[in-house]
Amino acid sequence: MYTYNEFDHAFVRDRTEEFRDQVARRIAGELTEDEFKPLRLMNGLYLQLHAYMLRVAIPYGTLSAVQMRQLGYIARRWDRNWGHFTTRQNIQYNWTKLDDVPDILDALADVEMHAIQTSGNCIRNVTADQFAGVAADEIEDSRVWAEIMRQWSTLHPEFTFLPRKFKIAITGSENDRAAVKLHDIGLRMRRNDAGEVGFEVIVGGGQGRTPIVGETIREFLPKQHLLSYLEAILRTYNLLGRRDNLYKARIKILVAAVGIEKFAEMVEEEWLDIKDSALTLDAAKISEIERHFAPPTYEDIAEPVAPYDAARFTDPAFATWTRTNLFPHKQPGYTIVTVSLKPAGGVPGDATAEQMEALADLVEKYSLGELRIAHEQNVVLPYVRKQDLHKLWQALGEHGLADANIGLITDIISCPGLDYCNLANARAIPIAQRLSRHFADPALQSEIGPITLNISGCINACGHHHVGNIGILGVDKKGVEHYQITIGGIADENAAIGKILGPSFPAEGVVDAIDTLIGTFRKIRAEGETFIDTVSRVGINPFKETLYANH
Amino acid sequence: MKVTTKVMTANRLGDGAVVYLADDNNWVLALDDAEVADGDDAAAALEARAAASAARQEVVSTYLFAVSVSDTGIAPVSQREIIRAAGPTVGTDLPATTPLV
Ligand code: HEM
Ligand code: SF4
Repeated sequence: MYTYNEFDHAFVRDRTEEFRDQVARRIAGELTEDEFKPLRLMNGLYLQLHAYMLRVAIPYGTLSAVQMRQLGYIARRWDRNWGHFTTRQNIQYNWTKLDDVPDILDALADVEMHAIQTSGNCIRNVTADQFAGVAADEIEDSRVWAEIMRQWSTLHPEFTFLPRKFKIAITGSENDRAAVKLHDIGLRMRRNDAGEVGFEVIVGGGQGRTPIVGETIREFLPKQHLLSYLEAILRTYNLLGRRDNLYKARIKILVAAVGIEKFAEMVEEEWLDIKDSALTLDAAKISEIERHFAPPTYEDIAEPVAPYDAARFTDPAFATWTRTNLFPHKQPGYTIVTVSLKPAGGVPGDATAEQMEALADLVEKYSLGELRIAHEQNVVLPYVRKQDLHKLWQALGEHGLADANIGLITDIISCPGLDYCNLANARAIPIAQRLSRHFADPALQSEIGPITLNISGCINACGHHHVGNIGILGVDKKGVEHYQITIGGIADENAAIGKILGPSFPAEGVVDAIDTLIGTFRKIRAEGETFIDTVSRVGINPFKETLYANH
Repeated sequence: MKVTTKVMTANRLGDGAVVYLADDNNWVLALDDAEVADGDDAAAALEARAAASAARQEVVSTYLFAVSVSDTGIAPVSQREIIRAAGPTVGTDLPATTPLV
């Protein structure tokens, strides 16, 4: 893992001290809210419906056990005993008090964490594939590059006041697990014909009120040019991006307006000037960062791992879990474990202080002290020896963390919606809770097969509803919560925006509506088809017809 | 229900708690204790008092919202204000321990 150097430590401490002073002056009445608001937002502090919400960055989703334990401690000491993991690899504390926040930031700084650039029109926390560095299908560890981008973008003077917030995501594998086509800039590590590794650069994607799948602006960018090329893109956007209209200020609008070819030309022109500037990453700089992400010393473990296979044979519930929650590891004898934060009837992404501490203890014992947060709002244990899996699973079960539903219909992404969020039109979490209860039967879930079901409480799309195989969007219809349903959204390398099926449903109708869609799918699916396969084959009409049959 | 019936709300500066303006410029936690403005003049008076309080750094984000008043008390009209008054409808029933089947 990356560990802070002296500069990082001093910088985060200084920032916390500065904010402590600003909070004190606010409480003493020396700063008005208008003066204070931009300052608190620069430190990730929002005012939500019921309290202050603090958004803490988890850069590229990587956490040490020590950091996770501290997140649990913060939840217990300064919040209401839980935290909410989000789709942007952040954790949000929903119930903080203004004058506690400097202490919380200090507690975060103790473990090399902070809330800087989790709000505002700057380059936000760079997100990455949660399996980076360990996935069997990976070309290279994308965290090295995410870390390089973190250092470059943090307090970048030129890009602190962009036209709008700016989101960058990276994946190191052909199989995109970071939704890179739905970010302002998406990066995919690729190998060119000569066998060199570089980046495919995708630009202009995003969700929100105008969902757009990003387009490739450059098929192959050599590694050493990453920062100069990003700088050229951002400079072009910073100059030309609209500032007159909040809704048209994202880079996706600019790219759509000028066209990808013209935009690429402008970027290339800008790039020529800075290509060989100080932004060029020399081999020494890259290997210095790589050192932080050097693979651990793995044990030599021969496959198959007999005790693991035996446990699967004798314990069917364990076997079920291993089928859904594991992902192939680079190293023989090891596996990647995704721990579901989506129990039946639970709040997607919520973890209690006790659960966070339990996860910290468990990764110290079973996963080299490291974990990850996935944008699907789950937790990942990246280095688990197969022989430890049965014990690990039992221990997870003691803390309500053994649900076997990763990638299934109850693995729902949901934003906070109207229960917390100031911008919401409707609630999202209770819909997720009802649906996860409705589909709780493991046999039914397994029969339905892989599917994504995403819910947002408003068009801002924090819950990624546009790119859910099934998407649910909360809308306000004459003051009553309603829900619009889309199908056909995809968030991976084949990214697509879902299509609206028809008029929205009141809250009471949502579970039935989704049940109808699933019923239709089970009736018309061809052998072995997933939900999205069927939608791709037959289109939305068969679903639309059954859904509105009685209308 | 009269649409002109309104209550002044805000978030308390220190902890962000939802509060309502009551007599004597007190900010109270219970909606039933709030002062109800009937008509535009009364609403404007609440706004002036709230602005003064915000200037004293007591509260932030002040605004009026529609309520209906009946024998059982004061009720917000919008879902958003119902949730602000009653608290989140979720989040307190944290993930129950999932037993191993
Ligand atoms: C304080 C609560 C929140 C506020 C005020 C807020 C605000 C917004 C706004 C205004 C947008 C639209 C941006 C645009 O299209 O330009 C947005 C988008 C988004 N937010 Fe949030 N959000 C909140 C909470 C969250 C949470 C909890 C998550 C993660 C679960 C999240 C993740 C996202 C994502 C992924 C998008 C889509 C961005 C895109 O690709 O265009 N936000 N949010
Ligand atoms: S999608 Fe809307 S309701 Fe949900 S968190 Fe984002 S801004 Fe809030």
